[in-house]
Amino acid sequence: MNIETIVQALQLSVKSGRDRLGVEVRGGYVGDLLSDVMANSREGDLWITRQIHQNIVAVASLKDLAGIILVRGAEPAADTLEKAVRENIPLLTADLPAFEIAGRIYQMIGPRKA
Amino acid sequence: MWKRWVGPVSSCKKWLFNETFSVQGGNFDDAGRISGNIKTILKEMGIGNDVVRMAAVITYESEINIVSYARQGMIRLHMLPEHIEIEAVDEGPGISDIRLAMQQGWSTATDKIREMGFGAGMGLNNIRNFSDIFHISSDVGSGTRLKMIIHIQQEQDR
Amino acid sequence: MLLREVQKILDAEVLVGAEKLDMEVHTAFGADLMSDVLAFAVSGCILLTGLTNPQIIRTADVLDIAAIVIVRGKKPFPETLRAAADKKIPILSTKYILFESAGRLYEKGIVGCVEKVGGSRVFL
Repeated sequence: MNIETIVQALQLSVKSGRDRLGVEVRGGYVGDLLSDVMANSREGDLWITRQIHQNIVAVASLKDLAGIILVRGAEPAADTLEKAVRENIPLLTADLPAFEIAGRIYQMIGPRKA
Repeated sequence: MWKRWVGPVSSCKKWLFNETFSVQGGNFDDAGRISGNIKTILKEMGIGNDVVRMAAVITYESEINIVSYARQGMIRLHMLPEHIEIEAVDEGPGISDIRLAMQQGWSTATDKIREMGFGAGMGLNNIRNFSDIFHISSDVGSGTRLKMIIHIQQEQDR
Repeated sequence: MLLREVQKILDAEVLVGAEKLDMEVHTAFGADLMSDVLAFAVSGCILLTGLTNPQIIRTADVLDIAAIVIVRGKKPFPETLRAAADKKIPILSTKYILFESAGRLYEKGIVGCVEKVGGSRVFL
């Protein structure tokens, strides 16, 4: 399952990293505490959050996450978007809340592989 | 960008209820207690759930701001026949650029504050979004003052 | 579904509120940011969060949140448990991450908080 399929199915808006939508999504991670994301997220996770400041790009990059979905209408801060474009990290947005987005993606990709 | 409070909202400024609560800077243990109290008071007065929610969110975010950034402050709740006024006044560093502070995501929070789930830069926005009228003023080195008004009868109730 | 069903689905430990497992829940909200909970969580929902400090109890109390599920195997502070017992707000703890917890509950019919809450006017 790649990001593009999820973008289509959930009608997400793509803000950056358009040419990396073919990346495989191995799992999902929902969280807004950067230290928790750093500790628990895994390579290939699609990160669902409402944190909009530029540190999210650094975290996504460091952890080799598949991309970031800002949910419930959150829009990235200007410098966040700039950084995401520069580092070519897929940054997506959704109107639905984290629970709904996570629920639907989980149905598509299943539980985390060990 | 924000609505200004332009004057008395009622020609008959008769308080039905008027109470002031003090807030201690840095006291995260206590933060949120006042919004709990206000919620109870408003519910007992028969105020509708939507308005109670608005008042509770406004008060909570105001309390957290004072606790997070100021030395001390106070929150005043005034009940008028048609409106609820909530004022949050603090003694603290003040805000040098209000427009910047009102930008979603803009925050001066420390790591400790962020780890608690605060400091995402949404507090003032929540306060503004949950008010019918919102006014903010600040003096650097002195403190910040917020004044919020909520109509007891909301649009959708009319 | 009943809260005890939520407990089963999430393989959760009940830390506070074992006497309230028969309460009905229909909606859930997942976040680690208090401002988001304040803005969007619907009364009566279950809150899925990685926050463990006593402020989550204040938030839950102010918003009439039905129960809190702490995810990622995190353990709440003792003060948090005391505050929860005091306010009679059930706290469950699950080892699953928020994504997995949401996924499992979603597939069993729990829905997200999509309705607008109180003041949803947005000023530009």
